[in-house]
Amino acid sequence: MNRFTRRKALKIGAGAAGILAAPAIMKVARAQTGGFNWKKFQGQSIEVSLTLGPRADVLRRHEKEFTDLTGIKVGSEAVPEQQHRQQVVIQFNSGNPQFDVISISWHVQKRLVGKAKWLADMKPLLADSSLTAPDYDFPDFTAGGLRWATQGDGRMDTLPLNIDPWMIYWNKELFAAKGLAFPKTFDEIVMAAEKLTDKASGQYGWVSRGLKNANVPVWTSFMLGHDMDPVNPKTVALQTTTPEAIAAAEYYKKLNKDFAPPGTVGFNWNESQTSFSQGKIGMWLDGIGFAPPLEDPTKSRVVGKVGYGIMPNGPKSKNSATFGDGIGIAAASKKKEAAYLYTQWATSKLMCARLLQSGGGSPCRASSYSDKDVIAGLKLPREWLTCLQESTAIGRPGLPEIVPVTEFRDTFGIGLTNTIGGADARTEMVKATEAFAPVLQKSEAS
Amino acid sequence: MSQATLEQKAAIEETPERGRAFGRHYLPFAYPALLITAAVIVFPWMFTIYMSLHDWKIGQQREFVGLANFVKLATDGRFHEAIWHTLYFTVLAVVLPVIFGTIAALIFNERFPLRGFLRAVFILPMMATPVAVALVWTMMFHPQLGVLNYLLSLVGIPPQLWVYEPSTVIPSLVLVEVWHWTPLVMLIVLGGLAALPTEPYESAKIDGASAWQMFRHITLPLIMPFLLVAIVIRTIDALKAFDTIYVITQGGPGTASETLNIYLYLNAFSFYNIGYASAVTIVFFVLIVLLSMMLLYLRQKAKWS
Repeated sequence: MNRFTRRKALKIGAGAAGILAAPAIMKVARAQTGGFNWKKFQGQSIEVSLTLGPRADVLRRHEKEFTDLTGIKVGSEAVPEQQHRQQVVIQFNSGNPQFDVISISWHVQKRLVGKAKWLADMKPLLADSSLTAPDYDFPDFTAGGLRWATQGDGRMDTLPLNIDPWMIYWNKELFAAKGLAFPKTFDEIVMAAEKLTDKASGQYGWVSRGLKNANVPVWTSFMLGHDMDPVNPKTVALQTTTPEAIAAAEYYKKLNKDFAPPGTVGFNWNESQTSFSQGKIGMWLDGIGFAPPLEDPTKSRVVGKVGYGIMPNGPKSKNSATFGDGIGIAAASKKKEAAYLYTQWATSKLMCARLLQSGGGSPCRASSYSDKDVIAGLKLPREWLTCLQESTAIGRPGLPEIVPVTEFRDTFGIGLTNTIGGADARTEMVKATEAFAPVLQKSEAS
Repeated sequence: MSQATLEQKAAIEETPERGRAFGRHYLPFAYPALLITAAVIVFPWMFTIYMSLHDWKIGQQREFVGLANFVKLATDGRFHEAIWHTLYFTVLAVVLPVIFGTIAALIFNERFPLRGFLRAVFILPMMATPVAVALVWTMMFHPQLGVLNYLLSLVGIPPQLWVYEPSTVIPSLVLVEVWHWTPLVMLIVLGGLAALPTEPYESAKIDGASAWQMFRHITLPLIMPFLLVAIVIRTIDALKAFDTIYVITQGGPGTASETLNIYLYLNAFSFYNIGYASAVTIVFFVLIVLLSMMLLYLRQKAKWS
């Protein structure tokens, strides 16, 4: 007779418990791949503050995967760029920031956060094998990305998230109609812009940012082609009244005054993008991340007609003004280890590949560009990818590494805007330099 | 009670001891209000004054500089330009809505079909969020793709640059303010018109006064207190206008629409010059107090006697 004994009941119970526990065991096994335990800080919660944009979109879209992997809950927010920069400073300055992880714009905030030591040094965390996954592959990061992420004193207070080189979007159809090829030099840009401009029909050869502050990278793009940085990286001396800086301002003035649509003095990237996407603009100089909306038929009239041009040769050099973002951990955070796991995940090969495929940024990992599967999943034309890689190769910081970057942009931006209205480029640059020099001097002295 | 007893009682009530007892018993009830006032008004003001006397930049050591920030303001061309822009913007953003609002109130005070419905439609702009309004107007102002230039083209007027041209940027921003806030003035004046007595009009009609004469010599003086209320409210609103200007132009092109608010914001939250921004705040506050006193004086003068 088959009696249901206590022993049998225990056996069935143990079996059932085993079956029920199997997924959890599998998860732990997955989380411990390569002997690394991602679940070490399971149950903790961290706050992540990101700058609104495609990078934040990618991270937030896949956030649940991080929680599944680590058991760490994430509360994230994405704040528009300008407000985010201000919020970060105010919160850090309070001594008690409400976030554990933060994304920063290197080209604006690097020196500020570095000087105040608001972010934790990543180097000890990276060196800790109990906290860094063996497959993180740190050497995979590009030298350029790591240079951005490292402060002058050797501290690395962010991990590289994204590089944004500037290039020229050009309308192939308009160029073909005039029998023009993409320019090879700065002078050819001016010549092409002139030939493409037909004000009577509302067609213009050029568009770029005219709005103060936002317009400075356009000027520095031309300055870098003269092999000149706005501020000497070694001596931190202003080089904004040098013949090269004035020549760059003249290019800026000529293109924006004579060959850009009316009202360009108030244009930021969004107005420039809207104008270019209507198919009546020959060239647009800006960051490489605007390809997705230009190739989106619901937003653009130039789908399939856009050429992605590398910044042409300047009189002395061929450079792409480059900007970038990093992700770091608040030095005041009480959950640094959990936060570090998030930054690791955010800059992992998988997330970098996803960022590249979205077209919203260019990750700082070499593997993202060499992986055939990643490239195959790219939704943008190959020409864009080629432009991205070649622009990154000739990348050079588009803004000076100083603390008062915003003041620099504001002061010189006003001068540049005035040149579009007809003001003399040299006079404006001299005036702006005189206004900004004491600010820089004071900032470097403190 | 005899007269002598009453006088004795009054004398007792007036003694300092009784006053002190009153204070002891009832003053504690005012402490919460005093505390809150001190925390949210007095302390921020004292702290702003304290900051204005320092060279204080976020991320750097602060240093006492006395009145140096105010001295710097006296020679700061951009600050002077911002004062001029603020006054220019304020005058236009007060006068135009007051004129159009008064005309609208006079129209809506008359009886005609669908008056209630049209009045509701007229006040709709006032209900919109300023930032949303500014974003919509930004698109409308676009020189190539904006609807405003399209509308002008329909009547044969060439396209304008609106906020994208230094000489037209402030009038264009005022256009947004006029659209947004004329209904508020209309509502205030309409309330005033509803409260007017009818007798003066009857007498004027008997005396053969024209419609203009009745408006000029009866309506206008009688609604003046209401107009001054509208002017005070509009002046305060226009002086503190920030969101519309920041969203549409950020003070540009160049500094063509940089008002004191924008300049203050830039210094405080973009350049992190807390000390200098505090000095701007204090000067701005003095300016507002002077303007308010002038308006209150005018309001007092315009009161019905």
